[in-house]
Amino acid sequence: MPQTDDNLIDVRDLQFGYGERPILSSVNVQIKRGNVVSIMGPSGCGKTTLMRLISGQVRPQQGSVTVDGLSVPELSGGELLNLRKRMGVLLQSGALLTDLNVYENVAFPLREHTRLSEELIRKIVLLKLQAVGLRGARHLMPSDLSGGMARRVALARAVVLDPVLVLYDEPFSGLDPIGKGIAAKLIREMNDALGLTSVLISHDVAETCEISDYIYLLGDGTVMGHGTPEELMASQEPLVQQFMNALPDGPVPFHYPARPYIEDLLGVAV
Amino acid sequence: MQAVRQLGAGVLNMLQGLGRSSLFLFNTLARTPPLLLRFKLVNQQIYSIGVLTFFIIALASFFVGMVLALQGINTLQRFGAEESVGLLVALSLVRELGPVVTALLFAGRAGTALTAEIGLMKSTEQLTAIEMMAIDPVARIVAPRLLGGFISMPILAMAFSVIGVAGGYLVAVGLMGVDAGAFWSQMQAGTEFGTDILSGIIKSIVFGFVVTWIAVFQGYDCVPTPEGVSRATNRTVVYSSLAVLMLDFIITALTLNSL
Ligand SMILES: Nc1ncnc2c1ncn2[C@@H]1O[C@H](COP(=O)(O)OP(=O)(O)OP(=O)(O)O)[C@@H](O)[C@H]1O
Ligand SMILES: [Mg+2]
Repeated sequence: MPQTDDNLIDVRDLQFGYGERPILSSVNVQIKRGNVVSIMGPSGCGKTTLMRLISGQVRPQQGSVTVDGLSVPELSGGELLNLRKRMGVLLQSGALLTDLNVYENVAFPLREHTRLSEELIRKIVLLKLQAVGLRGARHLMPSDLSGGMARRVALARAVVLDPVLVLYDEPFSGLDPIGKGIAAKLIREMNDALGLTSVLISHDVAETCEISDYIYLLGDGTVMGHGTPEELMASQEPLVQQFMNALPDGPVPFHYPARPYIEDLLGVAV
Repeated sequence: MQAVRQLGAGVLNMLQGLGRSSLFLFNTLARTPPLLLRFKLVNQQIYSIGVLTFFIIALASFFVGMVLALQGINTLQRFGAEESVGLLVALSLVRELGPVVTALLFAGRAGTALTAEIGLMKSTEQLTAIEMMAIDPVARIVAPRLLGGFISMPILAMAFSVIGVAGGYLVAVGLMGVDAGAFWSQMQAGTEFGTDILSGIIKSIVFGFVVTWIAVFQGYDCVPTPEGVSRATNRTVVYSSLAVLMLDFIITALTLNSL
């Protein structure tokens, strides 16, 4: 499929909710090929949901989601599988297969999708494990890994089929500051070395700003601001400022919507 | 009024579950033919389901056979017919206890393991991860387990009967002094392949099918939390035990009638 368009991902006027409850509305996101683009926003604002929409796990109620020129919600089962083969996804929990060791986890997509020889599989797997610094840990089982190591194995697995696009859901959460730095560097290096496009969901302002070409800030179910890291840092928008400077209160409320506290305290019903 | 409403809701829920699980079964069965080319996946499941359950089955059947012989001789003695104990042990095992007890043990050992395994894979997002790798989790994870269960259960039930007869022989001939020749010849003369053995085999096939189906469905359908997995595991045992006992009655009635 020759693609002249420079946006690998194009999300327009997207609206989505689980059941009755709206989660995202009028979301517009364009992601350029070759870029590392981050999606930031407070917890529960729908970042993971946006990723599910892009990877075709759920369908939008309105609007369009286009990946590499294909309209994701309209793809048939087989077409969606083909798209997913070109897409690496790192889930929020890492989600390694618990009954396989590190080596077999990374080899899993290769064994399922290719007929490569054992020798070639070994070369590819070791190459990817080397890139995440865990070649020496290949015989360990997932239960023997720390959270950060498991995340790195999942990262190696996400890129083992040499995708064109990688989606990372909070790759830094639960990592120590050194780990975060390593993961951030890894994501940027892999992106540039393998010619990927990367979409990164994260709360970590410092790491994200360092490696991103562009950032979308979600809040209140929609895009509250977007721009290069420098533009966002310099922005005067109160919400953008609150998030980028990690201020505890501001336009983003700390509380889940509720009736007034005093009313609740005086009431009896749970 | 409240009770009627609850009953209605319960029935609706059950019908819905039945519909969903039938659809699930259909979808899974539709994905089994490609497994014939990758039979290794099924073999692994036969190993983990069948071979690991075998030891429990072997031990249980040995004791069941011994008890049957003791009870049988005790009763048959009153008619001076203790020679027939071999026949009694064999018929009880082949027609009833072999398939039923095997299915109950199978539900407790292999069924719960299947539910918990699939449920955990769901709750830890492993199934989603597999889907994101462009692999169909029903075809890759569920179908081999379903097939492995179908294949294992009848073999286990047969092993149960055989080992049970050995246990019976040990007690009757070794302990109670029944004549070995009479033990075997009565058994041979009185057991018919077309009715007794075949009905046992049919039972074990049906039970294996139902128990494995319930187990994988409960795992795949569970609420993806630790609590949800534990509840699903519980349901597997309860539903499969009840299903086995009810089906046993139906199949027995059908096969005896057709004589
Ligand atoms: N399967 C689901 N069914 C119903 N509601 C859901 C479901 N998944 C998520 N939600 C709701 O959708 C909202 C957005 O969830 P989402 O997981 O996208 O948030 P997020 O931005 O990724 O948050 P976090 O940073 O904490 O991971 C949440 O309020 C959540 O309660
Ligand atoms: Mg999330």
